[in-house]
Amino acid sequence: MTQSFRDRIDLEMTVNGEEVELTVPAGRHLIDVLRLDLGLTGSHVGCEHGVCGACTLIVDGSAVRGCLTLAAQLQGCEVWTIEGLTEGGVIGDLQKAFVERNALQCGYCTPGMLASAKALIEADGVPSRETIREHMSGNYCRCTGYEAIVDAIETVARQRAGETEPQARSGATS
Amino acid sequence: MKASIGGYAQAETVAHAIALLGEAGGEGRILAGGQSLVAALNLGTSEGDMLIDIAGIAALRGVKLDGDRLVIGALTRHCDLVRDPLVGEHAPLFAKAAPLVAHDAIRNRGTIGGSLAYADPAAEYPACAIALDAAIILEGPDGTREIPARDFFTGLFETARAEGEILTAITVPKAQDGERHVIREGTRRAGDYALAGLAVVMRDGRHRIGAFGLGDRPLLCQGAMAALDQGDVDGAVTALAQDVDPPSDAQASASYRRHLAGVLLRRIAADLGVAP
Repeated sequence: MTQSFRDRIDLEMTVNGEEVELTVPAGRHLIDVLRLDLGLTGSHVGCEHGVCGACTLIVDGSAVRGCLTLAAQLQGCEVWTIEGLTEGGVIGDLQKAFVERNALQCGYCTPGMLASAKALIEADGVPSRETIREHMSGNYCRCTGYEAIVDAIETVARQRAGETEPQARSGATS
Repeated sequence: MKASIGGYAQAETVAHAIALLGEAGGEGRILAGGQSLVAALNLGTSEGDMLIDIAGIAALRGVKLDGDRLVIGALTRHCDLVRDPLVGEHAPLFAKAAPLVAHDAIRNRGTIGGSLAYADPAAEYPACAIALDAAIILEGPDGTREIPARDFFTGLFETARAEGEILTAITVPKAQDGERHVIREGTRRAGDYALAGLAVVMRDGRHRIGAFGLGDRPLLCQGAMAALDQGDVDGAVTALAQDVDPPSDAQASASYRRHLAGVLLRRIAADLGVAP
């Protein structure tokens, strides 16, 4: 180890709206800082090479892989995990639609699915089912059964746009 | 697995990063977006790397025009390439290639410089770079040098970048009027590394074809290019099979990849309006 290189990093960032300061090993992944150091175990670790998407989080407004991001690179960043997104209510409609459509099987990939779905809907208004499938292909897991997940995301995208969903329609005409 | 690293330092400037590379004494690894490097570290392919984080170097960001060339900074991310107006106008091949790279979450952090320097033979940008006749800009202790993309990729994950150098930018000849750029690839699912892919530039009626996933490095397919220039698509497909040297692995056999390359070339020829 030379003088310029460090093996521990003093880190300041905002997690779920709260400022945190901690010292972590320089090679620590974001997902491990969240799960092991901060006890936020809602976001999961799957493949650890960016393929499965179970660790997908929101950093400074964009979806990122928690397993491919070193915490050291996130000085001053704003991180949202499934816990914060849930408490803030910003994905309440997505979560409700996932439950109603039974859009999960074992559920391991679901926190990452929700983060990716959030990013898609916010970026693309009402995406086509093809677009939803392509976007969510970064979160394929082991249980299969993606039809219901596509349904749930499409439903919420349409609801947010005030389209077709019966409740939204009746609301719009009243 | 967890990444096992030897140390971490943030570089403030390119000169600082080069100094850190020297200080690391051969163990230095440049960290940009980390979307390939961290994955490789997680797989345990190396230990004790001294990571030099260049993500904060402002000079490596952004896209600008320099005479008849477009200069794309190394830290330009995949998601930037998709929407950058200069890239869209002057190097649309990169704007078309970027959405094919992995998935949204990876495109939000991964960089063009990282992808070029990592030199995965199945990655899109190295093949785009040789099809565009781009040049790679390297900076090191002895100054700046520029190397044609076709000479930069020297083997499997190997490039002409010297140990003390940093890839700072890629420069691309501005697209001319009527120039056409097409990229197509075959994958098992959207976002995976290509089983086979072709990036094609048609400039002044001449074609340049960069192949990816079809050899140990991106390949300039000169036989297929010459045939396509003559409007001979069948001849181009035949020549392409000789131009490429695909691997066999768990994903696909060499013969399947070769077949797929021919299918992609026929589709690209149709995209470009070359006689069948």
